[in-house]
Amino acid sequence: MSANLTLYKRSLLSLARWRRPRFAASIQSASSFASDAKHSNETSVPMTNDTNPKTPSPLEVHDLTVAYTKRPVLYGIDLEVPKGSIVGVVGPNGAGKSTLIKSIMGLLPVASGWIKVFGKSFNQSVTRVGYVPQRESVDWDFPVNAMDVVLMGRYGRLGPFKRPSKADKEIAMACLEKVKMLPYANRQISNLSGGQQQRVFLARALAQESDLYLMDEPFVGVDATTEAAIIEILRELQAQGKTLIVVHHDLTTAPDYFDRILLLNMRVVAFGKTEDVFNFDNLQMAYGGRLSILSEVALSRARKKAEGDTPDNLAE
Amino acid sequence: MRESFFPDFDWHTVFVQPWTEYASNSFWIALMGFLVSGTCGLVGCFVILRRMALVGDAISHSLLPGITLAFLLTNSRATLPMMIGAIVAGVATVALIEAIRYSSRIKPDAAIGIVFSSLFAVGVLLISAFADKVDLDAECVLYGELGFIPLQDIAQFGGIEIGPGPVVRMAVIALIAIVLLLIFYKEMLVTSFDSALAASLGINPTRYQYGLTLLLSIVIVSSFESVGVVLVIAMIIFPGATALLLTDRLPIALWLSTLFSALYALLGFHLATWLNASIAGGMTVIAGFLFALVWLVAPRRGLIARYVRPNQALESPIEPLESSV
Repeated sequence: MSANLTLYKRSLLSLARWRRPRFAASIQSASSFASDAKHSNETSVPMTNDTNPKTPSPLEVHDLTVAYTKRPVLYGIDLEVPKGSIVGVVGPNGAGKSTLIKSIMGLLPVASGWIKVFGKSFNQSVTRVGYVPQRESVDWDFPVNAMDVVLMGRYGRLGPFKRPSKADKEIAMACLEKVKMLPYANRQISNLSGGQQQRVFLARALAQESDLYLMDEPFVGVDATTEAAIIEILRELQAQGKTLIVVHHDLTTAPDYFDRILLLNMRVVAFGKTEDVFNFDNLQMAYGGRLSILSEVALSRARKKAEGDTPDNLAE
Repeated sequence: MRESFFPDFDWHTVFVQPWTEYASNSFWIALMGFLVSGTCGLVGCFVILRRMALVGDAISHSLLPGITLAFLLTNSRATLPMMIGAIVAGVATVALIEAIRYSSRIKPDAAIGIVFSSLFAVGVLLISAFADKVDLDAECVLYGELGFIPLQDIAQFGGIEIGPGPVVRMAVIALIAIVLLLIFYKEMLVTSFDSALAASLGINPTRYQYGLTLLLSIVIVSSFESVGVVLVIAMIIFPGATALLLTDRLPIALWLSTLFSALYALLGFHLATWLNASIAGGMTVIAGFLFALVWLVAPRRGLIARYVRPNQALESPIEPLESSV
């Protein structure tokens, strides 16, 4: 009974935030700034970029609302992603995670608000953004091989009328090598396993040589080894000062993989450093009554804590 | 009284005579057939990969009101107004399909059916209502007639006779299509494969979608007097579909589609000569036959190969990653 009451209160609270997204988000960003200041000594990446107006944030979203044929999918999204962070975008199905990624790339009409990538419009910063789409979004019977797909990552830099040069091919090969897919360069993409297809997509994103990466569920349908390989590459990119925004559905691994979490459910439920944001209250707010998932996560986190592994240790 | 349903097959009259006694006519007819199916086939490869095949069919049908209106407005059968009318109709078709799909719950296939049948009906209505004013042969528009090609006005360039006008015009269109596809090959490839990635690379997928639609309209309108608005879709789909059963690489598929187009033109011409029938019909029957043949015996994707080795994809097992990563 009391649990139901709490839930009811929470839903009221979430309704209130829903109605006043700007206000809710401003609280959120204020708290995330506060936590930045608090933890600035512990992080390896300098956070001065946040406050310095001369180096604009890799991604700044203000009051973004997106609707599919009048039905809003994202409400009043406010975000400012600091340079060099790996942000996990987490939320239930239909929370608008992919929609957020697609709106950032200008693929969907924006009902209100704006998005800035490195302080400019997406089109102006297009060569600085790399993209890894959902694996199911493409036709794998398409008559191209792994090498062709990776070379596509170079197209943005080539500009019109130009063919990939020898140097582009060498870069593409190096990227394939990095994801350990060079032996499969000439294989038609439908003859690759799910994990291999995802690694080809990752190699293509690497070939884009971007500063901001948007990845839509890169860990879906991949084997454990590929997942480990992908996360290793993500950390390497982070070490190079690149910013990564990764849509992720697995709550058990999310706190290990990402140093920042964006909890999304049509609006920003919470955004900030993983240790500040990834807690039971916020998760319940994002996922509503689906407690079975949450208790599972809570249990696994508790178990890890008991074993003495804090998320930070795991991340190393 | 005929003795059999088919006319007697005589090697000499079917295969030799056309190239000895009527060599010039045969050459222009076969060349025109090849230019039409080759150009349609090249553009068609991309149309198939973008799953726009039915849109191609819709465009070809809605050309009818486009060219009829162009004719009524300008009162001439000059190529340019016809071309413009056809392009406007083609773009309008795609825009209408997209509009219906986007702003209602009608699914794309139904939207295509609605748009092209109603536009086609407008064309039929216009032709029959203004039959006395419209000097368009409906039969020719619907089915095309390659046999008349050699009888058309001879095109001249700098005082030198080159060949029948339609053939020369088609050659120019073929050249334009090839050059455009070469220049924008990588853009066409990436927008067809992954439109979201294309957008993230700064390559606008919608622009290339409409670009291809435009090119498709131009190619269809230049082809319809040869093969007709109904069979032109065969020339768009068959070469690419057959080629894609044989290869995993797009450049090879483009070459193969050209090869198949040549076979359609040549064998279709001889089939029509034998049966004394429509050449466009002959080409399409050959196209269907070759597709069935390839579908059956293609080395890796054919029915027989699938039956003999059902798990050919697993033939070379995929090694797991080294555990060191």
